[in-house]
Amino acid sequence: MAYFSQQLINAITLGAIYGLIAIGYTMVYGIIGMINFAHGEVFMIGAFISLIGFMICALLGIGSAPVAIILVLLISMAFTAVYGWSIERLAYRPLRGSFKLAPLISAIGVSITLQNYVQLVQGARPKPGGRIVEGGFVLFSLDGFDVRVTWLQIIIVIVTVVLMAGFSWLIAATPLGRQQRACEQDMKMASLLGVNVDRTISLTFVMGAALAAVAGMLFLMYYGIIDFFIGFLAGIKAFTAAVLGGIGSLPGAMLGGLLIGVIEVFWAGYFSSEYKDVAAFSILILVLIFRPSGLLGKPEIEKV
Amino acid sequence: MGPRLPHMLKDSGLTAFVAAALGFFIVGFRTYDASGKGLVFDYQFTDLAIAIATIFVGRMGLLLAAEGLRWPALLLGAVLGAIGAGPLRLPSDFLHWFMALAGLLIVGRTLWPWANQSFSAAQHSPAGKALGAVGAKWFGWILIVAAIALPFAPFSDQKTMDLAVLILTYVMLGWGLNIVVGLAGLLDLGYVAFYAVGAYTYALLSTEVGLSFWVVLPVAGMVAASFGILLGFPVLRLRGDYLAIVTLGFGEIIRLVLINWVDLTHGPDGVRSIPGPTFFGAVFAETASAGHQTFSEMMGLPFSSTQRLIFLYYIILVLALATNLFTQRMRRLPVGRAWEALREDETACRALGINPTSTKLTAFAIGAMFAGFAGSFFAAKQRFVSPESFVFIESAIILAIVVLGGMGSQIGVVLAAALLIGLPEWFRELGSYRMIAFGLAMVLIMVFRPRGLIAHREPSLRLHPVRRGGAP
Amino acid sequence: MNGVTPLIEVEHLTMRFGGLLAIDDVSFSARSHEITAIIGPNGAGKTTVFNCITGFYKPTIGRLTLRGDREFLLERMLGHEIGQQAKVARTFQNIRLFPGMTVLENLMVAQHNKLMRASGMSVFGLLGLERYRAAEAAAVEKARDWLERIGLVPDADRPAGELPYGAQRRLEIARAMCTDPRLLCLDEPAAGLNPRESAALNALLVSIRERDGIGVLLIEHDMSVVMQISDHVVVLDYGRKIAEGPPAEVRQDPAVIRAYLGTDEGEAPNA
Repeated sequence: MAYFSQQLINAITLGAIYGLIAIGYTMVYGIIGMINFAHGEVFMIGAFISLIGFMICALLGIGSAPVAIILVLLISMAFTAVYGWSIERLAYRPLRGSFKLAPLISAIGVSITLQNYVQLVQGARPKPGGRIVEGGFVLFSLDGFDVRVTWLQIIIVIVTVVLMAGFSWLIAATPLGRQQRACEQDMKMASLLGVNVDRTISLTFVMGAALAAVAGMLFLMYYGIIDFFIGFLAGIKAFTAAVLGGIGSLPGAMLGGLLIGVIEVFWAGYFSSEYKDVAAFSILILVLIFRPSGLLGKPEIEKV
Repeated sequence: MGPRLPHMLKDSGLTAFVAAALGFFIVGFRTYDASGKGLVFDYQFTDLAIAIATIFVGRMGLLLAAEGLRWPALLLGAVLGAIGAGPLRLPSDFLHWFMALAGLLIVGRTLWPWANQSFSAAQHSPAGKALGAVGAKWFGWILIVAAIALPFAPFSDQKTMDLAVLILTYVMLGWGLNIVVGLAGLLDLGYVAFYAVGAYTYALLSTEVGLSFWVVLPVAGMVAASFGILLGFPVLRLRGDYLAIVTLGFGEIIRLVLINWVDLTHGPDGVRSIPGPTFFGAVFAETASAGHQTFSEMMGLPFSSTQRLIFLYYIILVLALATNLFTQRMRRLPVGRAWEALREDETACRALGINPTSTKLTAFAIGAMFAGFAGSFFAAKQRFVSPESFVFIESAIILAIVVLGGMGSQIGVVLAAALLIGLPEWFRELGSYRMIAFGLAMVLIMVFRPRGLIAHREPSLRLHPVRRGGAP
Repeated sequence: MNGVTPLIEVEHLTMRFGGLLAIDDVSFSARSHEITAIIGPNGAGKTTVFNCITGFYKPTIGRLTLRGDREFLLERMLGHEIGQQAKVARTFQNIRLFPGMTVLENLMVAQHNKLMRASGMSVFGLLGLERYRAAEAAAVEKARDWLERIGLVPDADRPAGELPYGAQRRLEIARAMCTDPRLLCLDEPAAGLNPRESAALNALLVSIRERDGIGVLLIEHDMSVVMQISDHVVVLDYGRKIAEGPPAEVRQDPAVIRAYLGTDEGEAPNA
């Protein structure tokens, strides 16, 4: 029971991070129907910018953890958002009229470029850092096994919940959110009604990138080490989460993230940790075969 | 020039600003491990500033060229090129290449309309048309003859032959994937999985059971095809991008299984000492074990290590040509036409009574089979296989070859493979930039020439035969 | 219309999408050697009926019986089986040709199933056996016949996407006919055609009825086509059938007039 609880706590933490990345996938898919294959790399860049941000904070003598976190959070979100914006502008927008698979191929190209760009500039070796928040407490003890919760885990969950709530409010209640939803439903009509579709799409990418940056920062703080390749694996798992939850659905992305986190942690904890990635990929295949609309999504009817 | 200039300056300024934002943290602060002290910075702001300046000037040059203001554009291009290629020392080699390339780009963009026009005019002239009609048909044959004669050319040394074998391997993989992606329009991001299956089939059957290459070759193809059917059956009804991700997942699963199922596959250590293919029983080595002959003994020639290389070269050439021939034949059969029809419009295919799933499955399985053959060859050539050779990037490279070549075009695949594989090998200094260039190439092709190098599609049959030398 | 067994019988067809009732208990039939038109205001559910018949939607309730060498229950069959076994062919509202393939190739793809059998699942074809080559030559001849009927012989080797709109429509019909169907379903074949092209279309459809002797089911808004060439008309409105019968009769039907023009008195649908 205690081991189970510990794994559950770890799973929720990991799942929150995946969920934040998954939102980016699901929003982009919802509005322009494409899989942003490079989104995982945006997450990776967010992690790197956060790493550098924390190092600068240390250099500047900023000792207070909350201040450093907020500073790095804002900087990382802002600069990673530029990446998200640029990718859409340069690699996807010109392809809007092209054949269906063109954006995906372009996205693969972007992913490869970004991975190698960071590898070239920052080096291929893993980079340690971000261990700003240490310590935690014991939640309860059973049979001599302590179930621990760290402060960082609490922070991660709180940050995620706050962002989710803020985001959902943004989408549901603000004009920007309404425009976004309008474009998702019917882009042509939305533009005829005066919505600036290009800007709305750009904004979608920017928001997704910002959330991925937060996920990157949290990932760095949680694992304490990053490298240029984390985007690939995290990206696929987050995409699986988005599909599992129902692509196009925001709560679905979060739910999917949590589920993937649970599956990954429990598989590694109770079966084997070598094959945990296989578990994630297999889930993806199974979901797409048996329930492509995911848990919270609506089934697509083919229009003939 | 007047009214447009402020707009162009603003545009270039914005571009430079965005580039600065992108590069500020990642490029400006280079982290590295200082022994003992942990992670520290190395500031690269001068480099970044010069790169940003180059981007600013570059964007101005491109805009000027786009507006038709040729001389200012050429001037900017020349300046950049001169600094890049010239004696002025910049903080890094990369900046030299970057500037020189930017200069070249501007010059190219300026001269592009003129070049395009001349080319079109030449294409439509009577001489051009005749050359085009004849050339297209004979080009393929010329390549084949050249390929057969290559080992005997004066300039072909070990390095050239190695490169030729490598390019041909990718050509065969490209032709195999072409069936799936180019003809049937199914985006397969996990093609490397079938390559791996073929390689390990030969590796394990030859080292553990002692079967020869020629016996295992068809087996490897069948095993790979079975995997293709196994994977294809449940997933082929998924739509384009979902199918892509699922196949990617499958590729990764295969790789992870190869790493972790140590009992079967020897795990990350891989399989060693794989025997190479024999020539009617003769081995390509200096000496042979009891009861066997060496190739040099059989032919009465002095031993040379290039003999093995040439043998391998001809094997892959034959395999690749067989793939090509098969594909050409299939295109003219109902199945091949159904593949292409499926790519064009699956709904219409269903309405015509064509079963999309079984048609797709055929393409998938046949593509997998050829990857299996190629994998078998790879294992025999390398004499060692490990999961490291079968990572996702390989699938991406093969896909890039097919896409760059022009979906469905056979010659296009050859050209694309020569470019994407041959060029980086030639320019070894580009070494570490190879992958970035590759990723950028994929994006640029999609943006500027999505239909690939050879965008023309030759119909599988004609009602009115084309007359030679005259108007079609 | 004279006691001949219907080629296709639609019985109590109902199609529900979630909460939306698109078709409500529609029954009608169509016969061979006849052109049956399905008409009705926009949104009446005409294309939905087609999609149910041709296997793109699964009807919520209903029985769709096609009489060929045996009886086929279309609502139980997969999309491609309906074309392959029941021999129902269709065209689409937004033309769905294979634009990158040539005109001739489009017609050859239509003969896929016949050629697949002749090629022995491609084995005979690969070996270049005479049996396949003869079948392919026959298929080309059949395609040529159709190209002559629709006047596209000189364009045989052009990509289908390059043809003008009217030619593309005719090609789509010819392609459907190359599958040797028993029932030809045409979804708004006259849409976007000028009067001259409409007349040519009429002639083509009449020739199909006379020479090929199959049943033709068509959705149309263009009343000139409907009134001039159809033998039988079914009128839908808001997913229900409101009239069925010969064109002259349907034209005078007050329910039909109301459906098209609202409750105001007005003219009959223009002929």
